[in-house]
Amino acid sequence: MTRYDLPAPDLETEPYWTAAREGRLLIKRCRSCGQPFFYPRPFCPKCWSDDVEWEEASGRATLYTWSVVRQNDLPPWPTRVPYVAAVVDLEEGPRMLTNVEGCEPEDLEAGMALKVAFRQETDEITLPVFRPA
Amino acid sequence: MRAAISGIGQSDVGRRLFRDPLELTIDACLEAIADAGLDRSDIDGLSTYPGNMAIPPGFSGAGITEVHDVLRLNLNWFNGGIEAPGQLGSVILACMAVESGLANHVLCFRTVWEGTAQAGGGRSAVMPGSGRGGGYRADGFMQWFLPYGAPSAANWIAMYAQRHFHEYGTTREQLAQIALNGRRNAALNPKAIYREPMTLDDYLNVRMISSPLCLYDCDVPSDGSTAVVVSREGPVNVESVATAIRGRPSWDQWDDLTTMAARDAGADLWARTSLTAADVDVAELYDGFSFITMVWLEALGFCGKGEGGAFVEGGANIASDGGVLPLNTHGGQLSAGRLHGYGFLHEAVAQLRGIAGERQVPGDPEVAVAAAGGGPLAGCLLLTRR
Repeated sequence: MTRYDLPAPDLETEPYWTAAREGRLLIKRCRSCGQPFFYPRPFCPKCWSDDVEWEEASGRATLYTWSVVRQNDLPPWPTRVPYVAAVVDLEEGPRMLTNVEGCEPEDLEAGMALKVAFRQETDEITLPVFRPA
Repeated sequence: MRAAISGIGQSDVGRRLFRDPLELTIDACLEAIADAGLDRSDIDGLSTYPGNMAIPPGFSGAGITEVHDVLRLNLNWFNGGIEAPGQLGSVILACMAVESGLANHVLCFRTVWEGTAQAGGGRSAVMPGSGRGGGYRADGFMQWFLPYGAPSAANWIAMYAQRHFHEYGTTREQLAQIALNGRRNAALNPKAIYREPMTLDDYLNVRMISSPLCLYDCDVPSDGSTAVVVSREGPVNVESVATAIRGRPSWDQWDDLTTMAARDAGADLWARTSLTAADVDVAELYDGFSFITMVWLEALGFCGKGEGGAFVEGGANIASDGGVLPLNTHGGQLSAGRLHGYGFLHEAVAQLRGIAGERQVPGDPEVAVAAAGGGPLAGCLLLTRR
């Protein structure tokens, strides 16, 4: 069965996925202007500098918004619905799309404190996800 | 600006027509050319969205090259591409080509046959991505979305709507009015897909897709082609156009998920005209998902930021019969079918010309807005009757 959830790490994002496999969440920070950002890219979206570096995020975040997904016929999701797709604000500033786990949908609340966790999907791919702090 | 919509045309529209999409395209194009009082030999420009592409199936019914060839046109200018300020970006470019003198009469078209093309498969048939080692892998920006089960604009826009609910107290009952209004109007549109009445109870009880969006918040894949001709003169004047986007071009990295690029295009529309939102008699605002229409209502200044829910509450403000702003008078994509942006322009022109038949709004409308696109895509036109 073809899965439709696995990412294709590329030259730029390979370190991110490698770190996730080791249980670390990486973001990028611009050494020129200090801006932290996501997705990882070889230049700063604020000042265009290419003097950017990887940084391990604290893993603390707050819930910005979410959706309880009840229909998705792409494997492996039919057996996982309902699940929570979410956008969270990392403590460092960047926003990322993720899943919130370990929380009933009705208990979700914008601004709630979250902590990163790691969900292994394959030997190669582990995903940073979030749970109530 | 010095451009006009001189003609409009539309093919048959249906849930699944099982007809050649090029044939639908030619039906719409020939109707638009004739409606403009022109001959094929007069057409010297051709523009479309998104241009030829095979994936997702049915998303593009015809590209520039086929239509150019089949109609045997001699062109001074042409354009087709998906990286545009929304579906109507292709018409806005045509206006610029005409105003600059590069072309005299530009035929613009948009064809979809998603209903037929996707009849046999589920979502997996429509996912762009790369095969690596024989399997499917999400690349590009999808690398950040698919691992979390957020493959569809339904999921992304649901999260926008949820944030709007949180910040402004917007409710499902309010959002429902976009769908209910569309369905009421579709009853008067013989080409609409869904014409049977829908109640608030129907809406609240139908299955959720991606909360807070239910099935009736999502438009209906369909088959059909729409065409317009842009010329210097015509019965409907293009008063102003707008295409601005002043944030990161991304669904999730956008700065404020209660609004979209429509915020910038909508504000910009009023920068080059003496007209204001209060002058608009009819609004045709994109509803690929119901919440996008609410975003456009706020973006264009028909209500204040965050007031979209209150504005549509109860439906009276947006009703075709007596509302302050008749909205999506053909039924929108939610009920009339996903003609992908061009349906709104076609309807705006029809209303201004008084040829919308049973669904013609009262009061002899003189000013209309047509807007299309969601998320980082937004383009809109302000139209006036000559």
